[in-house]
Amino acid sequence: MAILVAKGVTKRFGGLDALSKIDLEVEEKAIYSIIGPNGAGKTTFFNCVTGFYTPEEGELLFEGRNITGLSPDRVTRLGISRTYQNIRLFKNMTSVENILVGMHPHLKTGLIGSVVRDRRSVEEEKSSIEEAKRLLQFVGLKGKGDMMAMNLPYGAQRRLEVARALASKPKLLLLDEPTAGMNPSETQEMVHFIRRLRDEFEITILLIEHQMRVVMSISEKITVLDFGLKIAEGTSTEIQKNAKVIEAYLGRGAASGLGQAQAAA
Amino acid sequence: MQTPATSPWKQAIQTGLIAGAIAVLLSLVGMVASFSGRFIVSGVFTMGQVIFLAPILLMSYSVIRRTSPQSPRTVLLTGLLTGVVGGAVLAALVLIGKNINLQAMFVNSSPKLHRILTFDQELVPGLLVLLVLSMVMGALASGIFLLPRRYATAINQALVWVILIGLLRDLILTVTVRWGPLAGLIKLLFAVSGLKPVSAVLLFILIAGLHYWRSGKLAVKQTRVQPKQRPLVRWLTWAGVALLLILLPPILGIFFSDILDTVMMYILMGIGLNIVVGFAGLLDLGYVAFFAIGAYTMGVLTSPELAANPMTYWQALPFAMIACVLAGLILGLPVLKMRGDYLAIVTLGFGEIVRLLALSDWLRPWFGGSQGIQLIAQPKIGGLLLNTQQELYYLFLVGVGIVAFIAWRLRDSRMGRTWMALREDEDVAIAMGINHVATKLMAFATGALFSGIAGTIFAAKLQSVYPHSMQFLVSINVLCLIIIGGMGSIPGVFVGSLALMGSPELLREFAEYRYLVYGILLVVMMLTRPEGLWPDARRRLELHEEELAAKAGDSATESAK
Repeated sequence: MAILVAKGVTKRFGGLDALSKIDLEVEEKAIYSIIGPNGAGKTTFFNCVTGFYTPEEGELLFEGRNITGLSPDRVTRLGISRTYQNIRLFKNMTSVENILVGMHPHLKTGLIGSVVRDRRSVEEEKSSIEEAKRLLQFVGLKGKGDMMAMNLPYGAQRRLEVARALASKPKLLLLDEPTAGMNPSETQEMVHFIRRLRDEFEITILLIEHQMRVVMSISEKITVLDFGLKIAEGTSTEIQKNAKVIEAYLGRGAASGLGQAQAAA
Repeated sequence: MQTPATSPWKQAIQTGLIAGAIAVLLSLVGMVASFSGRFIVSGVFTMGQVIFLAPILLMSYSVIRRTSPQSPRTVLLTGLLTGVVGGAVLAALVLIGKNINLQAMFVNSSPKLHRILTFDQELVPGLLVLLVLSMVMGALASGIFLLPRRYATAINQALVWVILIGLLRDLILTVTVRWGPLAGLIKLLFAVSGLKPVSAVLLFILIAGLHYWRSGKLAVKQTRVQPKQRPLVRWLTWAGVALLLILLPPILGIFFSDILDTVMMYILMGIGLNIVVGFAGLLDLGYVAFFAIGAYTMGVLTSPELAANPMTYWQALPFAMIACVLAGLILGLPVLKMRGDYLAIVTLGFGEIVRLLALSDWLRPWFGGSQGIQLIAQPKIGGLLLNTQQELYYLFLVGVGIVAFIAWRLRDSRMGRTWMALREDEDVAIAMGINHVATKLMAFATGALFSGIAGTIFAAKLQSVYPHSMQFLVSINVLCLIIIGGMGSIPGVFVGSLALMGSPELLREFAEYRYLVYGILLVVMMLTRPEGLWPDARRRLELHEEELAAKAGDSATESAK
């Protein structure tokens, strides 16, 4: 069953169609990638799904429910969370605090409870800190909980952002270029990490990626965007052969050249 | 190899010129002259001299630190050069001032200033003394730099403490007057103004010695405190602080209790504004408005001039609190979408609107216009009317205690994290499911409430309120003390308030230069210590108990060896 369905999603900025008539279906517990050259509309699509933007046309269905135009916090509460292309942690807060903020929708302690510290709020705080520590351990940041987020190394910040996104107990996790700025070995680690994420938390992962190697190795299905249009969809082998995709990435000449080479072979 | 641009000599001359310029500025605005009446060591040197020599000392130290590592000889020469250049600039001021009448432009370039800068000597020997003393400052700076850290801090501390003790002579004598035989002894230390020369030297040696001895002790001791003993030590410290706070008014007497009341009032406001600005990151420049609303609500409800059935302080207090919370919400609603500068401007306007409404003839029947409100009720507990500075101090103390407790609990909770997340990245915080409307309004309302409570006590203390007590500068004062104490830090509010509100009252001469000193302090703080005097220590959430235990184990095995 599809957990996320987009039907003809269109988003315009002035005269520019950042997304036009995008259809896609993400199966439950899949790792699904969206790829495309710069400016193809990948992040815009993410922003539409998470409620930062409202698409002008089309519908977004999450678990069969229409989420088009819902505010970001409502979307989070329904079970979609995300990371950002340029890491957006709460820099002057510790790692644990970052994760605790991620748990926000599931915590109940209010103003009075915070001041009085009755048994329920003390226990809630205690168990949420325990949970945060578990998440830290999962992302490989055990013992870094009291460090300010801004003092963490780059790769650790990326993983902390994932931990924060996991804290809201999502069913669908959106990762916006999780390997941006990483070297090959770090990238390889991230690929394993993403798989482990899906297997252990049993969630669906929607991924934006630039690095072809990453996308091809982990995605069960891929959608390719170019200038706001969906130009291809399929498994990694299908995408690799698709002439339109090669053209979008390498230019027209390259595509025809490749076609000739294949024909010659 | 040193490039010519960073050669120590060039830097020393540059910095010396800057130091001289600072000293000249402080002289020309009149600080040197107005502090020259206050002796630190009786008959030897005054606060005025400290004011023009301190920049030379500090700048010499900074240039030495910047240009190091150098050989000790170079360090000494750099210090001397900086000192002499700084002194020469001051000497030039004297020479110019003596020959050309600068007073048309600089009122303070007076014969009195020249006498101070030449140490009451003839022109030539006086200027020589000035130059030599400036060089001594440079030498002192290099000495402090060259000495091992332990000696250097001992000398630093002794210097600062002797100056402080000399300055605070009146306060110390008032406090110690009832200490029996000790009082006589302490009195012996002081002259009519400042310390006696002999006692200054003795104190310097004593304090330096104590510091030297303690720094040696401390290094050994720190590892020895067992983790288990810490809560006990902490509780004892807190109990001691609480006892001291309770006993302060009878010790200090009426005059100093009055100063303390002002400090406490600003602490109350500071804790409130700290929630708005420090925790939630909403720059509020109209904070005085809530103080005014608290004070005026108290006035309107309890003054027989305005109310048909005047209430008591305690009856009116809940109404004043509700009024402040509502005012906080009213200010909060329209500014929800604003950030940064825009928010600051709108809140500033809000503060002025409230003051102008209180001042207006239109609302005179209710708020008394420029005449203000008199005969405001003072709080009664049982049969006791709290009306002296000392009794009202306890009201402030209870208020500060409750408010600090609430602020502290809020900070370390889901609520506090929500504010901080909103401060750090509003869009992401909203995406995490944080309701930014409720969260921001909560910050405004809590801040307003605390400020309003301060306002009600203020009104009760003076038994009157006037619009002119609600100046924009009050907001700025509160903001400054938060910044200097440390943004988002609760103990920082206490330190900031004591430093910014206490010192000008204690040293009346400062009051005139209050904003100049604030300005200098803010700039220096931002450059050297942007986190504030007492920065916020983050709570350890992921307690490293195992690590602590391991450390204790290590030191135990080490000492066993």
